[in-house]
Amino acid sequence: MNCCEGLKIDIPEGAKKIVLVGNPNVGKSVFFNALTGVYVDVSNFPGTTVDVSHGRYGNDVVIDTPGVYGVSSFNDEERVARDVILYGDIILNVVDALHIERDLFLTLQIIDMGKPVIVALNMMDDVQRNGIQLDVQELGRLLGVPVIPTVAVKGEGIDEVKKNLYKAAVGKVNPKIYEMMKDYIDRVEEQSEALMIVEDDETILDKYNMEATGKREEAYKLRRQRVDEIVSRIIRKEGRGNTFRQRLGYYMLNPITGIPMLILVLYIMYKLIGVYVAGNVVDFTEGTLMQGYYEPFVRGIISKVVGEGNIIYRALAGEYGLLTLTPTYVFGLLLPLVIAFYFFMSLMEDSGYLPRIAALTDRVLSFFGLNGRAIIPLILGFGCVTMATITTRLLGTRREKVIATALLGMTIPCSAQLGVIAGMIAPLGAKYLLIYILTILLVFVITGTTLNRVLPGESSNLFIDLPPIRLPRTINVLKKTWSKTSMFIKEAAPLFALGALIITLLNETGILVVIQDLFKPFTVGMLKLPKEAATAFIMGIIRRDFGAAGLTDLTLTHAQTVVALVTITLFVPCIASIMVMFKERSKKEAISIWLGSFVSAFVVGGLLALIII
Amino acid sequence: MTLDKARKGQKIIIKNIPNEQIRVEAIRMGLYEGVEVKCSGKIPFGPVILSNRMQEIAIGRKLAKSIMIEVNDVKEGA
Repeated sequence: MNCCEGLKIDIPEGAKKIVLVGNPNVGKSVFFNALTGVYVDVSNFPGTTVDVSHGRYGNDVVIDTPGVYGVSSFNDEERVARDVILYGDIILNVVDALHIERDLFLTLQIIDMGKPVIVALNMMDDVQRNGIQLDVQELGRLLGVPVIPTVAVKGEGIDEVKKNLYKAAVGKVNPKIYEMMKDYIDRVEEQSEALMIVEDDETILDKYNMEATGKREEAYKLRRQRVDEIVSRIIRKEGRGNTFRQRLGYYMLNPITGIPMLILVLYIMYKLIGVYVAGNVVDFTEGTLMQGYYEPFVRGIISKVVGEGNIIYRALAGEYGLLTLTPTYVFGLLLPLVIAFYFFMSLMEDSGYLPRIAALTDRVLSFFGLNGRAIIPLILGFGCVTMATITTRLLGTRREKVIATALLGMTIPCSAQLGVIAGMIAPLGAKYLLIYILTILLVFVITGTTLNRVLPGESSNLFIDLPPIRLPRTINVLKKTWSKTSMFIKEAAPLFALGALIITLLNETGILVVIQDLFKPFTVGMLKLPKEAATAFIMGIIRRDFGAAGLTDLTLTHAQTVVALVTITLFVPCIASIMVMFKERSKKEAISIWLGSFVSAFVVGGLLALIII
Repeated sequence: MTLDKARKGQKIIIKNIPNEQIRVEAIRMGLYEGVEVKCSGKIPFGPVILSNRMQEIAIGRKLAKSIMIEVNDVKEGA
């Protein structure tokens, strides 16, 4: 069994692997929690942003899988789900009853694997609300597996599912697909692998050194036709089809109503995250908790152990200390912001709004060689560019990842920086605010369109499922927020620590001063700013808000302030996001983006200085 | 004709999806050659929205231009 190797899940001797499977946002997590209770482990699948939760149910192990539309390898989620599903012993398939024509494809695919399956037909309340009547018994008969109607969030049907879990049955395998895979069944470990061979799954083909059969499409089509047949036989009454939620979904997509809605949502996000969390909450977590209590405490301990005034003290607890600056930055400043951002994103995802934003913005983003999906990292960038750069993994092609990473690194100010920038620009009046916004926007557009022109290859097109509009489920939203936040902290915290070390090193060796001096001629000559501004720019590499904050100490005219802010926004992102770029992209791409942001910051800042100073 | 020419409210039949990757993904979502779906919306210059029962899919305009369809406008009850 090679399941769970990448995941390091302990499967006790004789324990069955109960695998939860379903399309995205069908309420799997409620079932998972109901089965496992509180004791749950989360493991990250190496090299992906995908987390897999697992826990115990009696003597058996319950494994949750990421929501997928089918078992194959179109993206990371699917590969992870496939690795778990293929070697599961009992499959609990959660199906969105409102969306059966979509969800049953996956159900039939698992049945074709010859796995014992039990179906939880969830969200039956939505079905009733829409005036639809389903023949649940007939569905069970057609599939050949137990089907239990449920409303998981209200707890309805969950006991029934538990009671019938071990009655999971091998369903009716599609005879034509069975015919296609029967030759392979003896040559592989399990029927599930034979199905993957018929469906051209590269990982399994590689495992057995086999050639692709080219039969995937045929198998998919047979399965799809069977789904349509089953759906037409179990629907006793079709819905009214014009519910408030459906109309709301339509308004979200229609630009006339959708754009104002999007602006409103972004405005609310700005007010709550940009003003409340970045201001009040961070003042408390960073100022009071970390700088007020934590840092003096740590400094006290370190000075007792190693003494003060030596390099070890400075590396650990100095200005850029590993145990002072890093935790304060990561936990005091970034954590509240990242939680807030992921909370909003999860709300939008769970309610079905996010894919509609992607559809709405698809056209605009296509000018930059991106499709609507790229709106996700771009919005996240206003929270934390480091976090957003990790999220570019969800984009379809390398080309799109490069473009999105470049746009994030160069033009999007993260919330840490945005707070300081807003504070400095607000007193200058509308004219200067406008100059700032237009300049950054212009650079964004030029960077995007230019990269779209010069980068070889083609970007992927938008092809996205628009799930029904629903009230977000608290448990889903909290779970997603938690899992994404903890992943961010795990991935980014070491990078911030490494960044602090590098800066200490540069500072101790005097290289930092050399770099600052190097920038002075540009700062004075091109940007027409006082030479101390160079220090602020370099500090921006350590923490973007440091850089911006460094400018507040200088006496600048209004025009100089705008030039300085434009330059610092475009200037290289913080050292953690630079490292994420190197981690996610190739060296060449990361260096190009890095140098590109240097050059564009000074060229654009210089041009602006020429015009307005 | 191609999918981008479909009008909102029209019933259409998918004739051909040339991109193999999309073709396979589309079957899973209920779009395959020969199936009848409704064009339930079009974002100006942007994606085309197709629906089949409760299932809705947004397809980027450029991709829509490559998908061959046929309009099947037989009014119900006519």
